[in-house]
Amino acid sequence: MTTNRSIRRVPPWRGLVLAVALAGAALAGSGALAAGKASTADHGKFKELQQSFASGPEVTKACLICHTEAAKQVHSTKHWSWEFLNPATDQKLGKKNVINNFCISVPSNYPFCTSCHVGYGWKDANFDFTAEENVDCLVCHDTTGSYRKLPGLAGHPPYQDTEIPPGSGKFAKAVDLTKVAQKVGRTSRDTCGACHFFGGGGDGVKHGDMDSSLAAPDRELDVHMDATGLDFTCGTCHRTSSHDVPGSRYTPVARDTEGAHIPGRQDDSLPATCPACHGQAPHKGGGHAAKLNDHTDVVACQTCHIPQIARGGVATKMSWDWSTAGQMGPDGKPMLKKDEAGRVIYDSKKGDFVLGENVVPEYRWFNGEVTYTLLGDKVDKSEGVTRINRLGGSAEDGKSLIWPMKVFVGVQPYDPVNRTLVTPHTAGNDDTAYWKNFGWEKAIKTGMQVSGSAFSGQVDFVRTEMSWPITHMVAPKENAVRCGECHMKGGRLENIGGVYIPGRDANPLIDLFGWLMAGGALLGALVHGGLRIVRRNG
Amino acid sequence: MERIYIFKRFERFWHWSQALLIILMMVTGFEIHGTYTLLGYGDASELHTSAAWALIALWVFAIFWHFTTGEWRQYIPTTENLVAMLRYYMSGIFTHAAHPFRLTQLRKHNPLQRLAYLGVKLMINPLIWLSGLAYLYYNEINAVGFGLELGVVALVHTIGAFLMLAFLVVHVYVITTGHTWSSHLKAMITGWEEIEDPQQGAKS
Repeated sequence: MTTNRSIRRVPPWRGLVLAVALAGAALAGSGALAAGKASTADHGKFKELQQSFASGPEVTKACLICHTEAAKQVHSTKHWSWEFLNPATDQKLGKKNVINNFCISVPSNYPFCTSCHVGYGWKDANFDFTAEENVDCLVCHDTTGSYRKLPGLAGHPPYQDTEIPPGSGKFAKAVDLTKVAQKVGRTSRDTCGACHFFGGGGDGVKHGDMDSSLAAPDRELDVHMDATGLDFTCGTCHRTSSHDVPGSRYTPVARDTEGAHIPGRQDDSLPATCPACHGQAPHKGGGHAAKLNDHTDVVACQTCHIPQIARGGVATKMSWDWSTAGQMGPDGKPMLKKDEAGRVIYDSKKGDFVLGENVVPEYRWFNGEVTYTLLGDKVDKSEGVTRINRLGGSAEDGKSLIWPMKVFVGVQPYDPVNRTLVTPHTAGNDDTAYWKNFGWEKAIKTGMQVSGSAFSGQVDFVRTEMSWPITHMVAPKENAVRCGECHMKGGRLENIGGVYIPGRDANPLIDLFGWLMAGGALLGALVHGGLRIVRRNG
Repeated sequence: MERIYIFKRFERFWHWSQALLIILMMVTGFEIHGTYTLLGYGDASELHTSAAWALIALWVFAIFWHFTTGEWRQYIPTTENLVAMLRYYMSGIFTHAAHPFRLTQLRKHNPLQRLAYLGVKLMINPLIWLSGLAYLYYNEINAVGFGLELGVVALVHTIGAFLMLAFLVVHVYVITTGHTWSSHLKAMITGWEEIEDPQQGAKS
């Protein structure tokens, strides 16, 4: 699960995906290549792209000759700034600012984290966010599957064959920029997935509902993205406007009360919600369907239609205990421990992991409001659990629905004197990087300096929790959560309050009186009948 | 011994279909309520709803039949013989006393039955049906601004179900109190009730 290992995992996945996609396309006669066919431009014929490029920014300059506004558009998005101001809470969020309980934080680890930035060269806080040529067009628009960026290169692809990790004897081939540039096209599950499937340091680690199995899913895994069926890409729902991708972790739409959006009729917008296409009464027909539609005032579509997460054969991380990191193997060197399935469950660099597949989500009322515990916010260890993010919502606020969540548990370093979470310097080859020297004090001191925050020099660990609303891996209807899984005592919604759930809730007093009454009637009948028999015989 | 034709064909059909549907709704209803797991919640609730619609349809016919045939008069409450009936069930029945009520085609229910059935028709059924329809159309009703609480709807429906269950228990037992243990049951199946010859007095 280290960043290094995630890199080693990319090529086989890419190869497999491409093979599957090509096979699918060949069989169906359409499919994965359809997007390319729909284009009105063959970029291979553009003179600007018929040259050898020495770097990514050079390619971008060529792109911008025609796509004059593209870089400016990208500049205004979260994909570029990694910054987001939540207007509801005034919290300054975005990857750059939030702390999580996976790899913890970006500052001081830029060259590694920014291998997933849509730009080139963000290696420290001095990065020029106004430079247009630093926008990486290819990472989203590559259609060859050969373009990739390596951790440690600050968002650049390898320009020559690069040994990764150094000394491993494994080489990442230099990217053929000319070929990639001449074959650009629409975004795909592969291009979005190159970052979003691998969030948190490896395949499926972070989200649980997004991993490499979605590159070419079958119908059972994702009814919309089904590679041989509807074949949606990410962009089908997250339909961009001026390079801005709708859908947000920071201000998600928890309850879309509008009807289906019909492009060209009402408006052209397409929020990335289920009702945006399906409307508020998605189940067609009377009777049972109507009863299901009744649920949409309380239950998010995802709650029934995503029965489990991590269903595609890729495990997701359910907990990460940093406090056990730093134990060395018998040879005194960092080690890995694996489970029977060969998945890493201990890494000297990172500590202990718990992995899960086919995980039943937890359920919460959620209204779309998310508040983060940010650097500098006071943490109280005596509370037991520090919530990295707090989700707003209740049965009463009229804005909430019951949502499925992946609740990720962490044990991570904090400063017991200042009582704050910390931003350790983990990645890098320098003397203070935790993954090289295994010293928390040094790593946190460096990290906190880069973050511009005070550090007392003391390190303790605090238990944290982070909730991830689940919205991908939508199963076909026949695999939706069955009625009885919630409508029973001890069911999925056992801990959901504020709503009467038949099968789970009953008034114990009424039940008591009811059974006493019915039982009394039975007893009376038995006594009466018994007496009749006795008297008759007697 | 005398045999009189008490229950007409439609009445018997109506009675037994209703009995079947009500028992089905009891079984499925208490599963929906969470009392036990038998069919699974989804199937139980679908069956419950289907049975409810069937029962409503049946009742529309039954009400029509009652009014066109005048049979509705069978449920007009009366105090005549009421105390005698109570006394019979409480003591006379044990001493083989004469049944205080003389069955005829125009008076096929004794005064206690009249009261009980009227109670079912005017109290328990409407309670169950109105709350059941509110349960079914909960969202639509609230959409027009009623502000129903599902928990309250369910509570009322549950109370109705328990009342119906208690009625059913007593009703089934009272079947055995005829001229013989099974004469009432036979009457409800064949339409013909055997009644004791009043001149001969009590004899088993």
